[in-house]
Amino acid sequence: MTPVAAAATAATQTHGFLSPTGVEIAFLLVGLVTFGAAIVTVTTKQLVHAALWLVAALGGLAVEYLLLTAEFIAWVQVLIYVGSVVVLLLFGLMLTRAPIGHSPDADSGNRWAALTVAVAAAAALVWVVVDAFRTTWVDLDGAPQGTTAVTGSILFQHWVLPFEALSVLLLAALVGAIVLSRRTARTRDANTRAQDTNTKAREGNR
Amino acid sequence: MTTTTLAVLVPLLPFLAAAAGLLLGRTAPGFVRPLAVLPTLAALALTVLVAVRQGGGASIDAATELTPTGSVPIELALHVDGFAALVAVLVCVVASCVQIYSTAYLRDDPRYPSYAALVSLFTSAMLLVVYSGDLMVLLVGWEVMGICSYFLVGHYWETPEARAASLKAFLVTKLGDVPFLIGLFALAVDAGSFRITTVLGAVASGGLDHPTLIALLLLAGVAGKSAQFPLHTWLPDAMAGPTPVSALIHAATMVAAGVYFVARLLPVFAASGAALVVLAVMAAVTMTGSALAALAQDDIKRVLAYSTIGQLGYMTGALAVGDRGAAVFHLLSHGAFKALLFLGAGVVIHAAGTNSLAAMSRMKGLRDRVPDAYWTMTVALLALAAIPPFSGFFSKEAVLGSAEHAATGHAEAIPSSAGWIVLVSGLVTALLTAAYATRLWLLVFRGHGAEAPDHGKQPVVMNAVLWVLAIPSLAFGLTVGVVPDWFDGRSLTPTLTTSVLGTGVALVGGLVTYAAWRHTTALAAGAPLGAVAAHPDADGSVVEAEAIATHAAAYGDIAYAPDPADPGRLLLGPLHRHAATGFHLDAVYAALFVRPVTAAASLVRFLDREVVETYVRGAAAVPNWLGRAVRRAQTGNVQTYLSALLAGTVVLAIAVVLVATAGA
Amino acid sequence: MHLAYPAVLSSLLFCTGLYGVLARRNAILVLMSVELMLNAVNLNLVAFDVWLSKAARDTLHSGQALTLFTIAIAAAEIGIGLAIVLAVYRGRGTSDIDKLRDTAESPDDGGPDGSAPDGSAPDAGAEAVTDEKAEATA
Repeated sequence: MTPVAAAATAATQTHGFLSPTGVEIAFLLVGLVTFGAAIVTVTTKQLVHAALWLVAALGGLAVEYLLLTAEFIAWVQVLIYVGSVVVLLLFGLMLTRAPIGHSPDADSGNRWAALTVAVAAAAALVWVVVDAFRTTWVDLDGAPQGTTAVTGSILFQHWVLPFEALSVLLLAALVGAIVLSRRTARTRDANTRAQDTNTKAREGNR
Repeated sequence: MTTTTLAVLVPLLPFLAAAAGLLLGRTAPGFVRPLAVLPTLAALALTVLVAVRQGGGASIDAATELTPTGSVPIELALHVDGFAALVAVLVCVVASCVQIYSTAYLRDDPRYPSYAALVSLFTSAMLLVVYSGDLMVLLVGWEVMGICSYFLVGHYWETPEARAASLKAFLVTKLGDVPFLIGLFALAVDAGSFRITTVLGAVASGGLDHPTLIALLLLAGVAGKSAQFPLHTWLPDAMAGPTPVSALIHAATMVAAGVYFVARLLPVFAASGAALVVLAVMAAVTMTGSALAALAQDDIKRVLAYSTIGQLGYMTGALAVGDRGAAVFHLLSHGAFKALLFLGAGVVIHAAGTNSLAAMSRMKGLRDRVPDAYWTMTVALLALAAIPPFSGFFSKEAVLGSAEHAATGHAEAIPSSAGWIVLVSGLVTALLTAAYATRLWLLVFRGHGAEAPDHGKQPVVMNAVLWVLAIPSLAFGLTVGVVPDWFDGRSLTPTLTTSVLGTGVALVGGLVTYAAWRHTTALAAGAPLGAVAAHPDADGSVVEAEAIATHAAAYGDIAYAPDPADPGRLLLGPLHRHAATGFHLDAVYAALFVRPVTAAASLVRFLDREVVETYVRGAAAVPNWLGRAVRRAQTGNVQTYLSALLAGTVVLAIAVVLVATAGA
Repeated sequence: MHLAYPAVLSSLLFCTGLYGVLARRNAILVLMSVELMLNAVNLNLVAFDVWLSKAARDTLHSGQALTLFTIAIAAAEIGIGLAIVLAVYRGRGTSDIDKLRDTAESPDDGGPDGSAPDGSAPDAGAEAVTDEKAEATA
């Protein structure tokens, strides 16, 4: 029996599911909120509300990161996701003239197939995950694992090359987004006509 | 050069000319005429040289085996005896004349290069047949001739008649060639070789097991090629080809190939009395029937075609009584005067703008328009009618003489019945031949009515060729004392009895026809037929093509013009109607063979379309329905596709997990 | 803490995002669902990183590093994705995924443009509705 397995056995003996610690209770509650917010995000009929519920879900995840002692990731999550991505999404909604308010056709006709697939996938994943990790214990005591100091040191000691490569990728994405969203003369004409006569505009762009 | 080398060069030169002509025809049109004429003339010189050197002495034999082919070897063999030497000279003379004549006759024809090349190829094939000492090599030449004939008959393929005629010629001769091939194999198996000398040696020593069977099988091929009853029906239709082609292939050379073949292998046929009687009956039916048909034809070329069939009948008759010298002698003289007749007919058709005798008989002064053709054709028709001293008299009397010889039982191993059959039918045919020759001459050159159209002088080369050919027609008979040196040595001099009989009936036939013509010519004015030349100023081939194309429209069926002024109609009486259509043989063949085959074809078509096709359609319909069903899944909606993909992934993942946990 | 808690939560969030990707009609909502899926993965990465670092089996904090990279890439992805959606919207007047069916062959005429007769009329109607709503809210 390896030491790790022995430790796991000991953890199972010492930490039962029926006697959760305080951190676990907090994690569970925040997790429920996050999951609920996510559900509402993918089911609500109001498009802007979906974006706002997404903020809740992502914020909840940030709290979960904190509970897992990954502070830096948590703040990055808040900054990038809640701060920029959701704002971008909202801009996108506005620019595509998404309907504000109740829109009954937010879900496509594919929803029942989607539900089946999603539930089946969830059942399979949860079953496998629970089956595999029901005895694994994460010891959250001691020094936090994700402070800014720790993250900074590993990022710029071991991961500096991927980090720099990532900057190139971001640059490429930036250029790509600019190219894609640039209004060429052709699309501008087409857009004008699309606003005037929708049918003709569609055929003109074929 | 040795004689063997010269003889090898003879078929090779026209062959190379044909290949070069086909290659250069488009790119260098200037070379086409020299390439057509010069090699043929060179071959003529060589054949004359070979004939002189051979001189009727021992035959020249040479052979080389290219590669072993199995049990019976096939060799490139040369066998030049007196027959081969003289026939080759005839072939080259006629081919040269025809090539020279064609340069003028088809002057503006766009297909002249291929035409000339095919004529060269044909000449080469015929010379190969003549000189070959191996039956398989002979067969190669035999079949090449057949295919050349097909192409040349179909030269005016724009007209449906020419297309149908070329197909018919090809199919009918092939019908004879299949038994011919089997007969060759049987002969080779019996004799153990394809070499003619070996075969003849085997025959002489009595080595043939089935002489009658082999002879009859070979006879089928000969009947097809030499247009003998009952496979002669293709030859009159083959007149849809250009006139020079008719002169070369369908009068002088190719149709003579069958006769020549029998002459070469005469001992094989003579070994079977039954085969000789069959040959005699075939010859008798052919010559009398075709002479009657010739008397009833309206198309000048069809008259000549039926005449050719009849003269070939004389040759087979001579073979049936075992005298190949007479047969080949008649072949030579006939080749000359019949080629002359055809070439002259081409000139006449060119001048008259029609090939209908009924139309020509209503033209005054046609003979003044074409004086050369008039004189030379007169000579040739006299030769055809066997009037002394023209060449036809001597050769025909040679045939009749040997028939009388056999009939009176002087020839050993020849059934006297064969002799009587040939003799009687030969005399009857002599009468009829003189009759239709006279009719042809009277109708063409003694017409009354409107003035013949004036198309200016005929090209000088065409007239020159006519005079060249008139010389042998006139004087070939004088060689009767020399020619037997090349042959078996048997005398070909006419005997008194047959000469008197033959000339007598010929004169009677001519005079009766003249009397009938005097009687009917008064009626000619009552039924005027306009001669229509669509292109009066174009060269001969164009006029002929037009004449073929317009003939049916203007004069009804090609063989039948209801002309009361025709002496043949008076002479034949109720028989005319049947003779005009060749005694309904085509109709009989249509009823016996064509219709059953067509019916079988439509039955097979029905089975294929309705029965087999149903299964095929059924086999196609099921996948079609499946495809339609599957196609519904293709919606274009990416989410649907993704759902299906992920559902599959989930199923796979669950399956993997289940397997893993079950194994653990 | 039991590792099962974050793992199960991550699975559920992932499947929620999956449902959103498959069921949502608006392309921007689909992008939101993709974000949810990415975040579920991030949560998994962080949780396992914490567990493995504590157990001293991974000293590089590769989980957290990868999370950071994922966040960066997700930001790039959302930028590109929105640009594409905007381009499509500009060209076609709609950002509904199930209206973009040019890849399908119409069963009627078999041509690649087969969706034109039945595709244009609903599009026009949908956009008319969109315009009306936009004006109403404005």
